[in-house]
Order: sequence, then structure tokens, then C-alpha cells
Amino acid sequence: MSSPSIDPVGVDVSAEAIRAALVKGVPGCEATVVENGSPSAQHSLLLDHEHAVEAATFLRDHAEFRLDFCSNVTGVDWPDKEVTEKVKVTKVVDGPDGPKEQQVEETRKTLIPGYLETVYHLFSMEKKHGPVILRLRTANRGEGNHLPSLTPVWRSAEFQEREAFDLFGIVFDGHPDLRRILMWEDFTDHPMRKDYVPPEEDEPVMDDGCAPGSSAEQGAAGQ
Amino acid sequence: MGSEVMEQELKDLKVELSKHGIFTTTLEEVYNWGRKNSVWPLTFGLACCAIEMIATSMARYDIARFGAEVFRPSPRQADLMIVAGTVTKKMAPQVVRLYNQMPEPKYVIAMGACAISGGPFRDGYNVLKGIDRYIPVDVHIPGCPPRPEALLHAFITLQKKIDAQQLRGAGRARHLKAETPSEYPVPDFGSHDLEPTHNDEVFPPRPESPFKVLP
Repeated sequence: MSSPSIDPVGVDVSAEAIRAALVKGVPGCEATVVENGSPSAQHSLLLDHEHAVEAATFLRDHAEFRLDFCSNVTGVDWPDKEVTEKVKVTKVVDGPDGPKEQQVEETRKTLIPGYLETVYHLFSMEKKHGPVILRLRTANRGEGNHLPSLTPVWRSAEFQEREAFDLFGIVFDGHPDLRRILMWEDFTDHPMRKDYVPPEEDEPVMDDGCAPGSSAEQGAAGQ
Repeated sequence: MGSEVMEQELKDLKVELSKHGIFTTTLEEVYNWGRKNSVWPLTFGLACCAIEMIATSMARYDIARFGAEVFRPSPRQADLMIVAGTVTKKMAPQVVRLYNQMPEPKYVIAMGACAISGGPFRDGYNVLKGIDRYIPVDVHIPGCPPRPEALLHAFITLQKKIDAQQLRGAGRARHLKAETPSEYPVPDFGSHDLEPTHNDEVFPPRPESPFKVLP
């Protein structure tokens, strides 16, 4: 079998080739290749919000790519994370022979703000190639949870974008019918977010000390 | 004590008479015998357990042998609700409503791990942790999914239960007591969970665990 990103006719649909075509075909479009380090090496393309719909339409109607089928839309939650790194800094330190420059190791903590992401898997029915993977990222996980909807381009994205809206809380601007699809209307949470905590139920739980986090285990840890 | 002795004497007499070709019975026996052999279930499946329930109703396992082959599509004509499958929180109010619409006497079999406890989805956000939180369940069947034999066993257990139900006295069946409800409150969709999360009347707080933690 040939490489999955090259179809029998020989159109290169690798992320890099798509990016080059996008930058050429859609003026002002900012597309970045997101590398996938795993053996599958399915690299994806990160699009900017302003040109996402235009770029998607371009890829769908492009004579060679013809990405006419959006098979999958999924959401990803990237919570805020703190990265600690050790940096060597030169500092003036008071020694027995007076002040002296010295290399000192310092730990620095940087907060990488989280965001929500949607991933679109595109195929071409006509040209029989794919997948081409597009990504869209929100500004943050709070108020800036808006993304452009690609439902006007691929109708098959409608329910899956609704699902991402329901479970991740990503608001798709331009979606024709953005309602919750799995949970009920009055539900306020987004259960697939990493920081979601299911509701406590006031029910005595069997505590035989075997379950992780049970009173016995905590007692043992304390000793 | 006296009545028990009398009951035993009556039973012995019945057996003795039957040996001589004389058949005697009571209204209660005939009534329960009729009821237990024509329990009509509600056509109603929620997940993979429903496939096993369908298999039970087909020729190989043939629930018709026990008089329960008439699956009714309307709760108004059904005697038995087989809760076959995962009850999601979104579905739970509808299940309770269907139960409320069934006429008395009515029975419930909770079939499979999900229906009795939430099963593998218990720690999830969208699955009810057992239908016995909202409606009274007569027979619970574990299994994922239970085999048709297990459903038949549950059904026979239910038949025995129906057969033993009394029509009079303090120990009479639930549906013959005026004070016990035949309808239960339908839970509402809350902002985080169903409200209430369970019905205290059918799902009372459990006693403390018999398992003691050794110091």
C-alpha cells in the first residue's frame, strides 16, 4: 500500500502540501502545520478563525483535493497547565572574597493558558484520498470559547458540532441550529471538560476499605 | 399459630382429596394462577439487553411457554415492564411516566447491570444508577447482558412472587392496598442532575455497611 496521504492518482494531500495550497489560494489565510510525533505521523493544519470558512470551502471545491466529505468532528479540552523549567542564571553572590558572579540554577514556572479545540477529519469521496485534518482553537476556555462553524461548508458537521457545543461548551458562530444534542436543554455543565465534576449524590456508599480513596486507605496513608 | 396448623391441615386434606379424584381450590389460587400465566410485557427496550429480551421471546427460548409472549406496545395494556438496558438520565423521566401509565397490578423486572445499578456507566455523567431509584422493582437480574435463560429465570421468579400474593389480610399484595401509590413522581431535568436524584419512598437510605474497617 502506498502512503495514506497520497492517492492512487498521485495528488499530495499531506498537511504541508495543503498548507502551501491554502496560503496561495486563500489570501491572508494563516495555516500552521501541527506535527504529530507518533508513528502514524498524521500531521494536521491549524487554521485562523477569520479565514476558516473560506479555507474549508476552498479545500472542498479545489479541483485536485475535492475534500467533499467531513467524516468526523471532535472536541479537545486543553486545560491550563504550569510548566516548570530549570534555568541557569548568572547572579552576583557575596562570597568570602567579596561579591562574585556565579551560575545559579533557578526554577521558573510558566502558565500556559488552556483552550478548547475542534478537529475535523476530511476525506474525498471523488478522489478517494484522505484524511486531511483541520484544527481550530478557541482563544481560551472561558468567554472566548467561540469558533467559526464549518457546517455551512459540510452539512455532516452539524450534529457533531452540536455535540462539541454540548459536551465541551464550544460556541460555533454561523451554525444553523446550535442546541444541546445529548444532554437536556436546562443542563448547564459541559461533561467532557477535564475539570467537570459529576454531581454528588446523597447516598451512603459501601465503604469496605478496598476502593481507592476510601477511609481505610486514607488512614493508612496518614500513618 | 392456630391458623397455620389449620392451613397445613387444609393443604393435607386437599392432597388427600386429589388422590381420590376430587379437586378443590381457593379463589386466591385460581386468580393468581390465571394472573401469573398471562403476564403481558411492555414492548420496550433501551439498549443491548433488549436484544436478549427479543431472543427470549423468539422460538429458541420461547417465553410463550410461560404465557408472556404478548408484548404490548401500549402501557395501558401491559402488566410487566422489563427495563432492558441502560437508563440514561434523559430517558429516566419517560420510563417513570410509562410505569405510571400502566394499570395495576403491575410488575417491574430490572434487566442487566445498567438497569439495576448503572453498570459500567455508573461513574459517568449521563446514566441513572439503577431504575430502582424511581420505581419499585420486583426482580433484579445481573449480567451484561443477562442470557435469555437468566431472563426466563427472573420471569419464573416473578411468577412465584405473583403466585404467593395474598388477596386479603394485612399481607395482601401492594396493588390491593389503597394507601400505597400506583404512580410515582416523575423526576425533572435539573441544571446538573435529575431532581430529585431518587425517590425516598422506593429507594430508602441504605443501612450502614456490614463490612467493618479493621484498625
